[in-house]
Amino acid sequence: MLKINNLAAEIDGKEILKGLNLEVKPGEVHAIMGPNGAGKSTMASVIAGREDYEVTHGTIELEGEDISELAPEERAHEGIFLSFQYPVEIPGVTVTNFIKTAINETRKAKGLEDMPAKDMLNMIREKSNLLNIDRKFLSRSLNEGFSGGEKKRNEIFQMAMLAPKLAILDETDSGLDIDALKVVANGVNTLKSDDNAFIIITHYQRLLEYIVPDFVHVLHDGKIVKSGDASLALELEAKGYDWIKEELIS
Amino acid sequence: MDLKDKIVSSYVAFEDKVNMNSNVHKIRSEAFQNFEDLGFPTKKLEAWKYTSLNSVLNEDYSLFPSKEVAVNLADVKKYFIHDIDTYKVVFVDGKYSSFLSETTHEAFDVCLMSSALTKPKYKPVIENYFNNVAKQDNLTSLNTAFAKEGAYIYIPKNTEVEKPIQIINFTTGSEAATMIQPRNLIVAEQNAHVQIIERHQSLTKNAILTNSVTEVFADRHATVDYYKIQNDEVTASLVDNTYIEQKSESTVSVHTFSFGGKITRNNLNFYQKGEHINSILKGITILEGKQHVDHHTLVHHIEPNCESHQDYKGIYNERSTGVFNGKVVVEKEAQKTNAYQQNNNVLVSDKATINAKPQLEIFADDVRCSHGCTIGQLDEQALFYMQQRGIPIKEARGLLMYAFANTVLESVKIPEIKSRITKIIANKLGVNIGFEL
Repeated sequence: MLKINNLAAEIDGKEILKGLNLEVKPGEVHAIMGPNGAGKSTMASVIAGREDYEVTHGTIELEGEDISELAPEERAHEGIFLSFQYPVEIPGVTVTNFIKTAINETRKAKGLEDMPAKDMLNMIREKSNLLNIDRKFLSRSLNEGFSGGEKKRNEIFQMAMLAPKLAILDETDSGLDIDALKVVANGVNTLKSDDNAFIIITHYQRLLEYIVPDFVHVLHDGKIVKSGDASLALELEAKGYDWIKEELIS
Repeated sequence: MDLKDKIVSSYVAFEDKVNMNSNVHKIRSEAFQNFEDLGFPTKKLEAWKYTSLNSVLNEDYSLFPSKEVAVNLADVKKYFIHDIDTYKVVFVDGKYSSFLSETTHEAFDVCLMSSALTKPKYKPVIENYFNNVAKQDNLTSLNTAFAKEGAYIYIPKNTEVEKPIQIINFTTGSEAATMIQPRNLIVAEQNAHVQIIERHQSLTKNAILTNSVTEVFADRHATVDYYKIQNDEVTASLVDNTYIEQKSESTVSVHTFSFGGKITRNNLNFYQKGEHINSILKGITILEGKQHVDHHTLVHHIEPNCESHQDYKGIYNERSTGVFNGKVVVEKEAQKTNAYQQNNNVLVSDKATINAKPQLEIFADDVRCSHGCTIGQLDEQALFYMQQRGIPIKEARGLLMYAFANTVLESVKIPEIKSRITKIIANKLGVNIGFEL
């Protein structure tokens, strides 16, 4: 599904990604872990097409097609979803109106008519139930005054509505208490299928107790330096990252 | 001959057509003298520092357009709020159009200034209120000197006007350039309620200059909601002078929606003469090309325990320019005043300009006054967020600007106006957003 080849990217002349390789197949869950400043969020932004970053080398392929020149909205239309570490507040636009616009713009890009209002409503109802989202919450301005947990749940709600092929969750667990974490994990597990894939960026093993990854990768200094299965996350949790750095030196 | 000379020399002809032996005419004559002394405002005046009328004043205006031009309802219907029942006072080239209007004298008066200024039955109201709150500055004096026609609205005690009243001034461009000077008087007696919608609309691309004066009196407990829809042709300029006097426990709101016009100057003045008064001033301005809008507001807090709320949002595209000069005066006696002023601007283009000047003069010591002013660009982070969810950049910008202006629409009480303004905004921003905020 996603194939990243030898990707290098910089911002303001500073190189952050330095030859990153990653392959994600349909039905897989990949966890990306690594110390602060390793380039985890940059990787997420670059895949999503944030224009502040310049790709200086390599390719990003989605289902065999290079998407590295596409605008962020075009990548979204192709099925890439990024759950933001810090979701943006947009006063004046309700959650419902925002998601309606997002869905209908995506449909428009595919040459489809707007989704009938009734279908939209049903879908909103179904997905908000799945994530224990109060109906009142949907008529509030997007993320405005939301708690950390509400913001993250709202991200997962949007993900459920948009049903992407590839979802990247950038530190979705940060700022969540254990109950919110379970709700989010439960949402992801319900949405998981053989046709989609997830990349979960996290600092801690905690989220991975609830969403079990098929692969765990350690990102360090702009490169993936170690890959393993779910047990690698446990090892990292117990031992920290220093041993990997030492391994790299030797 | 420049415009001032032309106006001055036309005064004798104007006097021929009105009753010169009335109190009203005494007021006119004094105002005329005043204008003759002062002339048109120039950028040398502090109040006109950022707005030059030069490009407007050099047209050769016809001051009293005489050609009668028939206007078809079908052609102008779109300028009315037509999906609800309303009273209408409509003028075409400064002259009353009975055909397009819908007036009343039943429980209250919605009619013509020309009648009010001449007929004996209106005399007590005219003597009490006409030119009572209007300032004696250049352009108000000019309007007063020629005051003859406009809307006259009188709502007696304890009367709630259920239908909004639309005041519409059409100009047909029957002359190459036309100047008109509507004069409106609105009196809401104790506990009266009234909603007014005002619009100036040119029907051609010929030059138009409108110098309008509106006086509003809200007695104790009265409520007046005033909506100004400024979406005129870019060949039409407007100076809107509105003066509002409020008595205790009254609430007056004025929403000004400025989208059109070449040069628009809004002089909006509130005088609070009583306690527990609420004054609300809101505005959305969206400009493009070389359009210019100047919002000059004054809230004069004279007595204790009153409030004022100002919220002006502006979006400036291309080479457009905006001015927000918001003056709040809190007199020494006006303790416990709560005055709030907010002015937020987005400059979409590098060539657009906004001059924002909050002016607070506070002489009382126990007051809550806040003001905030921002000038910025659209939030890049928010744009990326929206794009990431599949919303193309153009729509994302539109949605963001839409949302930015939205706080002003929340206080609009007539849903049809809200949806009308929403549509104009969507149109202006070139986006089709599938919902109404």
